[in-house]
Amino acid sequence: MENIEQRVKKIVAEQLGVPETDVKIESSFVNDLGADSLDTVELVMALEEEFECEIPDEEAEKITTVQQAIDYVSAHLSK
Amino acid sequence: MSLEGKIALVTGASRGIGQAIALELAKQGATVLGTATSDGGAEAITAYLNAAGAKGQGLRLQVTEEGACEAIVSQIEKEFGAITILVNNAGITRDNLLMRMKDEEWDAIMATNLKPVYQLSKAVIRGMMKARWGRIVNIASVVGATGNPGQTNYSAAKAALFGFTKSLAREIGSRGVTVNAVAPGFIDTDMTKVLPEEQKAKLVESIALGRLGDPQDIADAVAFLASDKAGYVTGNTLHVNGGMFMN
Repeated sequence: MENIEQRVKKIVAEQLGVPETDVKIESSFVNDLGADSLDTVELVMALEEEFECEIPDEEAEKITTVQQAIDYVSAHLSK
Repeated sequence: MSLEGKIALVTGASRGIGQAIALELAKQGATVLGTATSDGGAEAITAYLNAAGAKGQGLRLQVTEEGACEAIVSQIEKEFGAITILVNNAGITRDNLLMRMKDEEWDAIMATNLKPVYQLSKAVIRGMMKARWGRIVNIASVVGATGNPGQTNYSAAKAALFGFTKSLAREIGSRGVTVNAVAPGFIDTDMTKVLPEEQKAKLVESIALGRLGDPQDIADAVAFLASDKAGYVTGNTLHVNGGMFMN
């Protein structure tokens, strides 16, 4: 099983159509990876599916970087 | 115009325009879930769909109940799969001169004709975006464009649908989802039967084709917008009114 970081990076790359090598831990979806607001909504949808969780809108809005996505998933998977 | 394999949700499908739409989409091959405000209405929908040899059934939906719109979408998605065609048709009238209008009459129109359009569209979009294909068709009205005395509430809600349609079309067009409106003119249904004969006769004079519309006229327009043939049409209002109003 890949670790959370790898899985998140893979999803980000797929959803935003960028090479996985461009997806750094500090990458911002909008500023670094060229996502628009709809892309970020879809990205959250993809994360929800991959990790079988539901991310509430208030939380989803705070996930703007790869690091934040990893942090969110890690915090909520361990429960 | 095959809609084979598509799941369609049509609100207010127990009679009139909604029934014609449900039957037409079913005829094109879609599995149709039609809603009515009562269990009896839902059973009637199931009955006419069965009688037509169509796939689908009626469901009870009281759009003004808290959480009802979201709940029905998730129920359908669990049982049938993602809804990729949504026809927001349910609507009521509470006509009155503005000077006599009660807050309840105004609020009832907004709660039934406008808010559920927002709630249902929001609930189905996820599935449509994932499918990279979706059709939302909002049933507006010619009076949203022309105005009509005694219908400030109804026409305001219908005109609101035009703006909603355009904005949402811009939001999700890139994902293969189209959002359009159909604005019926004067259609021969229970809703228009209550009008006095004199007013009807006068209205017919203003219709270029010289007759009332049939629910099927609207159903055909909706079926077109729901089909692949309308894949490049979005954010638009298709006026189906016999030339009563031309924009």
